[in-house]
Amino acid sequence: MANDDGDVLVRVENAVKYFPVKAGGFFRHTVGNVHAVDDVSLIIERGKTLGLVGETGSGKSTLARCVAGLIPVTSGKVFLNGTDITKLSRGAMRPLRREVQMIFQDPYSSLNPRRRVGAIIGDPFAIHKTATGAERKRMVQELMERVGLNPEHFNRFPAEFSGGQRQRIGVARALALRPKLIICDEPVSALDVSIQAQVLNLLADLQTEYGLSYLFIAHDLEVVRHVSDKVAVMYLGRIGEAAPADALYGHPRHPYTVALLSAAPAADPDAAASRQRIILTGDVPSPIDPPAGCRFHPRCPKAEEICGRVEPPLVTHEDSDPDLSQAAPGTGGQPPADADQGVPGIPGGEAHVTACHFPVQPGESLASAATAIIAAEREPA
Amino acid sequence: MSITELEFDANQADAAQQRGEGSPVQGRTQWQLTWMRLRSDKISMIALAVILIMIILAIAAPAIAALTGHDVNTAYPVTGENVDGNPVPPGTNGFLLGTDDTGRDLLVRILYGARISLFVGIVTTLIATVLGVAVGLIAGYFGGIIDTLLARFTDAVLAFPYIVLALALAAVFGPSLKIILVMITFFSWAGIARIVRGQTLSIKEKEYIEAARSLGAGPFRIMFFDILPNLLAPVLVIATLYIPNAVVFESTLSYLGLGIQAPTPSWGNILSAAQDFYQVAWWYLVFPALALLITTLAFNLLGDGIRDAMDPRTERLIAARRLRRRMRRSTIKRENKEALQGLTAGGANAGTGKKG
Repeated sequence: MANDDGDVLVRVENAVKYFPVKAGGFFRHTVGNVHAVDDVSLIIERGKTLGLVGETGSGKSTLARCVAGLIPVTSGKVFLNGTDITKLSRGAMRPLRREVQMIFQDPYSSLNPRRRVGAIIGDPFAIHKTATGAERKRMVQELMERVGLNPEHFNRFPAEFSGGQRQRIGVARALALRPKLIICDEPVSALDVSIQAQVLNLLADLQTEYGLSYLFIAHDLEVVRHVSDKVAVMYLGRIGEAAPADALYGHPRHPYTVALLSAAPAADPDAAASRQRIILTGDVPSPIDPPAGCRFHPRCPKAEEICGRVEPPLVTHEDSDPDLSQAAPGTGGQPPADADQGVPGIPGGEAHVTACHFPVQPGESLASAATAIIAAEREPA
Repeated sequence: MSITELEFDANQADAAQQRGEGSPVQGRTQWQLTWMRLRSDKISMIALAVILIMIILAIAAPAIAALTGHDVNTAYPVTGENVDGNPVPPGTNGFLLGTDDTGRDLLVRILYGARISLFVGIVTTLIATVLGVAVGLIAGYFGGIIDTLLARFTDAVLAFPYIVLALALAAVFGPSLKIILVMITFFSWAGIARIVRGQTLSIKEKEYIEAARSLGAGPFRIMFFDILPNLLAPVLVIATLYIPNAVVFESTLSYLGLGIQAPTPSWGNILSAAQDFYQVAWWYLVFPALALLITTLAFNLLGDGIRDAMDPRTERLIAARRLRRRMRRSTIKRENKEALQGLTAGGANAGTGKKG
């Protein structure tokens, strides 16, 4: 795999991030690892948005911070523009920091309450010594204007702004160095719906204007669908399914994705009444000791014996995917001999890849299988 | 101007008022805001005034001594002692606060004592604050082995029986101002370091620190530009509260004879000498004790006031500010409404006029 492939801005290869779990008061020792991100590969294309969805604790934010170079990966590689950033020293990383910026979830804790907005947005210029004095002030005010803030307010403190305005300050700060990739870690989760739309539209405008790529993390499925070109679904540190947004939402293949989508509320009461909800049993297993085989198998309505033994690879299952022949002619041209083996694909690309031994067929209902499981579980009692 | 136009203008003005526009935005620094809030706090202002007066008096001590005509270390056996050789009471023979056991002017001695006490209090607190902030920041930010070493050392210092060490040091090096400064600083920085470390530990987990790191800021930039501004409020408060501690510490040492040595006056050694005479000369004990009490109380009250003023979330002060703003806004609205009513009345008259 070439690393300087033209359309790909970020390539993550087999990224693993474990957080050691320490015990003991005085003599601390590692007793286990939280498998926050476990063998994840993905690509982010230039000028495109990759949406990352998953429940709390699925490793989305950890993955994002690994991509941003904020936390070191345990193993694996993260290529930015063809350069592996995981091996770089802090000094060597500095110029690359300009390429990747982050927008944070909480507009209240992501801005230093003791510093003025002008100083906060001017920080990138100060750190990278790109502008000083009046020049910096002018650039800060331009940025403020660009994100829809009154440039006169550069002397104010974050506490004097509303949540939406604060998030715009965060956007302006992320934009200051003209990055290529902006990682949005649930940028609208803390905002009102009307304000969410404003911020999302701003992000979309900036993307067209500056050709930005986004890694967009959220747990609001509709928001992700709205902004993303490609979507990857994470569960317990692994990517379960990834595809272009329409394919994923139109024909989810992984039982977890199906369940996740079925849990999203529908605005239309008729649609809400007719839709089938798949209620998963049990809780997300502990990431300290994740289940063997498929991570989802203890809760999966379709799980069979093999699921607990063999880790399903992320492959295309194009035999029954009506989208795929048009969506990815490159891979679609050579159907695999064994349909269940599929063609390995990388999340973030054109292929619709699913890590499942028994992907959901179009039109198949999981609700009955789920009911059967619930019934089976109740029987002994 | 039509009614709708006027209404529109009024709404605009109101909205502009709410947005804080209209006049060019004034940049008020955090310190200006703190000062504004502090100014509205009577107790703090009184405390500040007391402290300033104390400092001015201390600085002006030689001048005041010249005014009274009494030198600080000169005994005045004729005017300053009664026939029994005891101190004379306040107001006698030009001794405003009376004299001490050797017939020296108590007022002049207390003022000279203030010089020592305030100097020791402020200088040791300044050095201890710088040290404590540095140690606390480094321990809290870097964590790991650095934190373990620094934090345990801090705890060890805090656990030290300081009077015992003071006795030992004074015995070894002989009492001097330098020893006092070193000793008080040594026992003061640890408390500040512990508070700073705790604050740093909580602040460094904030997202804005992560944001700074993602921008490429180094650890020292983050410590000084991102963490330190958030520490200034608690540090300033604790520093203000450490000054009276240092003053008392100095007095304690001098009282025990380990600090400032006679004949140089210090509140501590004056008190120490006075305790044998309180039955015949109450003023000898009361006035230096009052000076010590008032000074420490003033610093403590000011420290509390600064803490309230520094924290923008202090309910009391915010409520007062909101009330003022609401009153101002309602005045503007009322004025607009009155103008509107005037116009409507005029318009109505014009209408009837046409009809008739």
